[in-house]
Amino acid sequence: MSIRFGPWSVRLAPRALVVALVLVLVAFTVTVAAIATGEFTVSVPDVLTALFGQGTPVAELIVSRLRAPRVVTGLLVGAAFGLSGAIFQSLTRNPLGSPDFIGFTAGASTGGILGVIAGGTALQIAGGALAGCVGTAVLVYALAHRGGVQGYRLVLVGIGANALLLSANSYLLTRANINDAATAGAWLTGSLSGRGWDHAIPVAVALAALLPVCACVSRPMRMLEMGEDSARAMGIRVEGVRATAITVGVLLCAVATAAAGPVIFVALAAPQLARRLTRSPGVTMGASALMGAVLLTGADLAAQRVLAATQLPVGVLTAAIGGAYLALLLRKDRH
Amino acid sequence: MALPQSESARLSGSDLTLAYDQRVVAAELDVRIPDESFTVIIGPNACGKSTLLRALARMLKPRKGAVHLDGSVITSLPSKEVARRLGLLPQSSIVPDGITVTDLVARGRYPHQKLMRQWSRADEAAVSEAMRATDVSELADRIVDELSGGQRQRVWLAMALAQETPILLLDEPTTFLDISHQIEVLDLCADLHEAGRTMVAVLHDLNQACRYATHLIVMRDGAIVAEGEPAGIVTPDLVAQVFDLRCEIIEDPQSGTPLIIPEARRQVRTTA
Repeated sequence: MSIRFGPWSVRLAPRALVVALVLVLVAFTVTVAAIATGEFTVSVPDVLTALFGQGTPVAELIVSRLRAPRVVTGLLVGAAFGLSGAIFQSLTRNPLGSPDFIGFTAGASTGGILGVIAGGTALQIAGGALAGCVGTAVLVYALAHRGGVQGYRLVLVGIGANALLLSANSYLLTRANINDAATAGAWLTGSLSGRGWDHAIPVAVALAALLPVCACVSRPMRMLEMGEDSARAMGIRVEGVRATAITVGVLLCAVATAAAGPVIFVALAAPQLARRLTRSPGVTMGASALMGAVLLTGADLAAQRVLAATQLPVGVLTAAIGGAYLALLLRKDRH
Repeated sequence: MALPQSESARLSGSDLTLAYDQRVVAAELDVRIPDESFTVIIGPNACGKSTLLRALARMLKPRKGAVHLDGSVITSLPSKEVARRLGLLPQSSIVPDGITVTDLVARGRYPHQKLMRQWSRADEAAVSEAMRATDVSELADRIVDELSGGQRQRVWLAMALAQETPILLLDEPTTFLDISHQIEVLDLCADLHEAGRTMVAVLHDLNQACRYATHLIVMRDGAIVAEGEPAGIVTPDLVAQVFDLRCEIIEDPQSGTPLIIPEARRQVRTTA
């Protein structure tokens, strides 16, 4: 399907468009449901008026102060993880190239644990996660670099770093005092509970800054999936595109982890789920971001409401829901 | 060896030293690709023919010397600009999972596109023309992974054609194809050459090279041993010098070009 308007033109797959639209609708429904339901039910019209700043004081407190920031953080963090996963899976041409497997998330965890031990303020934990993630990425990139970074080397070095960092994390937890260990343990599963606007805003700023870069780099990356020679023959500056993509992917992963902890599986599953739904060749950024947002907020809603008595952290649910859904889709795959 | 200086050459390399890491493959190489020729580079394994092609296609940065395109050092030109003048069909490319023939061929339009102009009428026309020329129009909606080797190679060629470059380089385009598909691909290249393109291919088969090339570059150990029209340069002496093979050369009954008959060491015909 081609759309042309004056000098502008794009080529779109109708199926991908429909999938994106459906994902937006699902995300919106989940958002409204998460805000409306809970110990105190707010009717849907009240939610909408409160969101636009004209509700009753009680509704406004619950909606704008308590529930909305949590859902919005979930949407943004999910989108960031989905995008980050899409970038790394495309670069490595491998689903196992997602940041949760190549050490970036584990590095963020190390930083987060150190933040907890150092004092445990929200800023210390988030800062530690940010630094841990970026630091690990720089190290993995440097070790994998040999006249340009090959996808499989990045995966191999990353898996090694991941193993090292996981054992470092276990060591830190056993050495920490019991209170720190409990706090760190809770943070490590990834959670959206108690997230306020101060968590959502940094992620929103990062996404606003990095999304345009993603848009510019996504087509060259698709060409790069056909191999370096093919991409270079098409006039793509391979090293530049790769360095930009890695930087964006790491920043997204770091910011998301700093806001919600190392929620696993979203970065792995979102691009794969999106790909299978859109049936597009290779991973697609937009659909992966939307799928990440839906996956994380959906899992959080389920964790809060369906299993209300236990109040599981969302990280436990993303793995369960995403994993089951992915397994189902893989079973239906022709290949 | 005297170069045909009179002929114009948009693509040339001068004083090229080509190396991978520490291993020098070719040194002080001068090469000119005559415009509108079908140039075939040939030589024994590891003679540096693919390396030379990769250098001409700016896939490999020369250790010394430079490749020139239209008078400028190729690396000094914007890479997208180069991609509108010079195309390459690499030896191997990765087929994206689940991509259709049309979508793959459409990717060849990348150098002509911009962020806000991703699918112009010119793009659409170039893609359908490339698919017609390579006879893959009927496969348009098929998944590339599910095609035969010969069909797939035609699809890759279509992608390179959609790029609409006046110069097209092909790195061993017939490898992994059976004989009928080899001829099919080479005939297609000859058609493209006839339509006005400059074609440069690395080939393995000396007889096929003699048949299709208008300009032959013969290499051994990183040096150009001979170049020119096949009928003018291919002699038993040259074949012995380059391939260590004793042979007889007759006229190809189909094309009139040199046909190499390797000397039999064991199965000599017995005249009854």
